[in-house]
Amino acid sequence: MAETPERVELIVSSSPHIRGPENIPKVMWTVVAALVPAGLMGVYFFGYYVLEVIFLCVATAVAAEAACQKLRGRSVTVNDGSAVITGILLAYVLPPSVPWYIPVVGAAFAIAIVKHTFGGLGNNIWNPALAARAFLQIAYPAPINSDWRSLHEAGFLQSITLTDDKGQLVHAVTRATPLFKEAGWEKYDYMSMLIGNVPGCIGETSAIALILGGLYLIYRGYVDWRVPVGFIGTAFILAQVLPPRIETPWANDPFYHVLAGGLMLGAFFMATDMVTSPLTKKGLAIFGIGCGLLTVLIRFYAAYPEGVCYSILIMNTATPLIDRYTQPKLLGGGKTAPGGKG
Amino acid sequence: MNKEHTIIQEFTKGLFAHNPLFVALLGMCPSLAVTTSVRNGLAMGMAVILVITLSNVLISLIRNQIPKAVRIPCFIVVIAAFVTMVELLMKAYLPPEINESLGIFIPLIVVNCVIMYRAEDFASKHGVFRSAIDGIGMGAGFTLALATLSTIREAIGVGTILGVKISETYQPASVMIMAPGAFLGLGLLLAYFNWRRLRKGEKA
Repeated sequence: MAETPERVELIVSSSPHIRGPENIPKVMWTVVAALVPAGLMGVYFFGYYVLEVIFLCVATAVAAEAACQKLRGRSVTVNDGSAVITGILLAYVLPPSVPWYIPVVGAAFAIAIVKHTFGGLGNNIWNPALAARAFLQIAYPAPINSDWRSLHEAGFLQSITLTDDKGQLVHAVTRATPLFKEAGWEKYDYMSMLIGNVPGCIGETSAIALILGGLYLIYRGYVDWRVPVGFIGTAFILAQVLPPRIETPWANDPFYHVLAGGLMLGAFFMATDMVTSPLTKKGLAIFGIGCGLLTVLIRFYAAYPEGVCYSILIMNTATPLIDRYTQPKLLGGGKTAPGGKG
Repeated sequence: MNKEHTIIQEFTKGLFAHNPLFVALLGMCPSLAVTTSVRNGLAMGMAVILVITLSNVLISLIRNQIPKAVRIPCFIVVIAAFVTMVELLMKAYLPPEINESLGIFIPLIVVNCVIMYRAEDFASKHGVFRSAIDGIGMGAGFTLALATLSTIREAIGVGTILGVKISETYQPASVMIMAPGAFLGLGLLLAYFNWRRLRKGEKA
């Protein structure tokens, strides 16, 4: 008898979804709902093509999930919404003007390679959407990194090339290609960054929509406040304290760093992914702080302009280690049940 | 590896059942590095076939003279001799761009584990003829594996096969000809072959 509870607890602690399998759909669909406002802002600012990108991502993700589960001989659980979330998150970190094959390839990669080769829902090491984004960044460097078009300014489905227009890249918010340095682009005011009237990826443009969605998830208990607070707080402080190597007017402007780029999206929706973040509360705090630290380091000192994606992926990799070192002292003791967040 | 193998089996085991890359997971380093294009993969494969066959034959010939304690250095000397020949031949007769892209990986055939494995495991225990057949089979299996991997990588990463464009509209995903693409491609191929083996095991 002594073995049974221990075994049960092991299963619970290794499961990503603390509320038990019957609640996965509820959690997932709530997250989907929390993501909707940011998407609406994206559609509003970038045009209807964005809807097509989101649709392609979600449809491919769901189809790939169903196909993989079928191939692996598992029951098909696409209704739980986890593939839908992956699709939406992937769309949110893509440029608004990507050609159609990028969302398709990315979503298929996210589900089939990042998620199912590691064992499907709950077993993936990295956030599928972010890993797919990193994959796309090296697979199709041109459309993702430099060849951005501002749909909003060009009108629906018309495209203009980026060079002499004002900054189309949110990733240029920090520092993009040399192209962008030469373009000498302006600093956006806080208000338009908060609302989202700035260039960027589909879902990361509007900070306020992301904050609202994130706060709702924290309120519902699906997201632990330690991750976003640690993430944003660390980035905020370090952006002010560290000497930047970049020469831009906003280099040491902490508000700018926090509002710009994918930081809000990353802090509230990507880093808080239950599967790929630590299980203990202390671990979650370390995770958030690590993400913030790496983000600022990459933005200040590395070749890439934006560091949110890679910082979260690196911390995802470190998650098992964090879990091991923040394990509650007494195994099986009820003091801090692993996964008892929220 | 018992004696009951027929000559045909001695050859075909290298192709499928004991494929050095997909089953034994040997020679991964050159496989990952040179399979950026089909031409490179084939050139590498040819070099390996030559070296493994010749070294198998020679090692099998002198297998009773090699002292047990220093057999590995002896194998390496034999293999290195053949690799040097092959390298000089390739430099003389193959287009320079192939030599350039294969670069260090041709001299490194000396320490290719496929060849060491066959020398240690087969040639030093079997007759000359069987060793030659085994070398050709293993080399062909390695070449087959390289060709498979490099076809996939070149097709997806550049959009060509042997330099011929597949489709005008295809957008190449350049990641496949970079290092991550090598690991992804090999990993997925291994998964496929393992899956097939498991299925066969289930049926049998």
